[in-house]
Amino acid sequence: MKMIEAIIREEKLDCVKKALEKDNYFGMTVTEVSGRGRQKGIPLQWRAGEYTVDLIPKIKIELVVLDEDVDKIVNTIASNARTGETGDGKIFVLPVSGVIRIRTGDKDENAV
Amino acid sequence: MEIDSGNTAWLLISSALVMLMTPGVAFFYGGMVRRKNLLSTIMMSFVCLALVGLIWVIYGYSLAFGNDTAGIIGGLNYLGLPNVGLGASDTYATTVPHLAFIIFQAMFAIITVALFTGAVVERIKFSSLLVISVLWVTLVYCPVAHWVWGDGGWLYNLGALDFAGGTVVHINAGIAALALVLLLGRRKGFPQTPMEANNIPLVVLGASLLWFGWYGFNAGSSLAADGLAASAFVTTTVAAAASAFTWMIISWIQRRPSVLGTVTGAVGGLVAITPAAGFVTPMGAIAIGIGAGLICYFCLLLMKTKLHFDDSLDVFAVHGVGGIWGAIATGIFASSSVNGYSGLLEGNVQQFLIQILAVVVVAAFTFVMTMIIGKTVEKTMGLRVSSQEEIVGLDLSQHGERAYGGLLR
Repeated sequence: MKMIEAIIREEKLDCVKKALEKDNYFGMTVTEVSGRGRQKGIPLQWRAGEYTVDLIPKIKIELVVLDEDVDKIVNTIASNARTGETGDGKIFVLPVSGVIRIRTGDKDENAV
Repeated sequence: MEIDSGNTAWLLISSALVMLMTPGVAFFYGGMVRRKNLLSTIMMSFVCLALVGLIWVIYGYSLAFGNDTAGIIGGLNYLGLPNVGLGASDTYATTVPHLAFIIFQAMFAIITVALFTGAVVERIKFSSLLVISVLWVTLVYCPVAHWVWGDGGWLYNLGALDFAGGTVVHINAGIAALALVLLLGRRKGFPQTPMEANNIPLVVLGASLLWFGWYGFNAGSSLAADGLAASAFVTTTVAAAASAFTWMIISWIQRRPSVLGTVTGAVGGLVAITPAAGFVTPMGAIAIGIGAGLICYFCLLLMKTKLHFDDSLDVFAVHGVGGIWGAIATGIFASSSVNGYSGLLEGNVQQFLIQILAVVVVAAFTFVMTMIIGKTVEKTMGLRVSSQEEIVGLDLSQHGERAYGGLLR
């Protein structure tokens, strides 16, 4: 089992979500996050003139997938979150040592 | 004179309208600071309703409107309002109860202090701000109000025009802001760290309450429910509109039509029309509004982004400079068809010069006095919160509260 953590553009959440549904992955945790990377920052307007905010709002999606699905899911997220411009985000894949579904007590692969 | 019920009703309503401007300022300023200072910024304005409201009734009104001494200051004959009854004053607003005039004036003193707090937010010690406020109302606001509006006040006698407080309220607050920022210095991290407004809708709400309340401020300053009040109502509206629109267009030319900019423009226009509201025609008011939008915009840009002068919420650029423009513009656009006074455009050079004199004298007096008051407080109790308190934010460090609750909200 692997945890996939994807930092994507806010406006890409909907289409990533729909694409994951087609791959039979419905469950996920979504968080509004701020961060920075090669995009550096975005200019915002003050009352007169503008200033740069260097922490940019992004969306973080977390989901745990079966080992054999990792490549497929990473591919689904990447292809649906991509615009080709800087600021498309990143995907991290992390090992998961255990999963428990709280309601039933199901474990690991049965609980993913 | 006999009490006029229509005038009394309008002045009492106007007083309530002007009262609402102070919470308006609180929201207007509160929305523009960082979240950790939202409550403290709101409190700095709101507390004026309590503090200055009391001062005004106890001795402030007397110093401003009591029996004149040498054109400089009012006497102590109204201390605690002993002989002020339900009847009209012989001198001020002679068709309404004297008490109505007093409470109307109280709201002006309150908001003037609330206005300059915008310059010092996010770093001033709350206790020090309260002491500064008491000293400032006593030693700056009351004398200046007496000079301009008091019976026997020297600027009043000279013929300086200030319909609703461009000089007394706005120039006064703007210059005080300038002096206090010079003493207090920049916020930690300014200008390198971006300081984002925490809630722009709150700023818009505040600006809207200000605009609404400003009808009491300007049209109420006619002190009667008459044609002049209606005229001031119209000039107030169009000046705010013209300035907001101008500001929006400039910011659009630079990049995008900014919301924060447009509402700031409206406030700048309201400031500029304040001294002129009862002296100019609607077309004159539009000219004043457009001028306010242009002048305040570029002044704000210069102060903030070029000079890195941390007048945090631009009190000097909007109220000081907008007020100075308004006072001078009154001397330019005053039309005898409105209220019997002529300005430069009707060939009255003298009025124009008197307006400039009033601006210069009040600005100089306020600057020096505010410096002295600020320096005194700095030496005795300190002006700033500690570095750690500033980083944590004034909501927690000064008030032990936070604007928004925890996780389960």
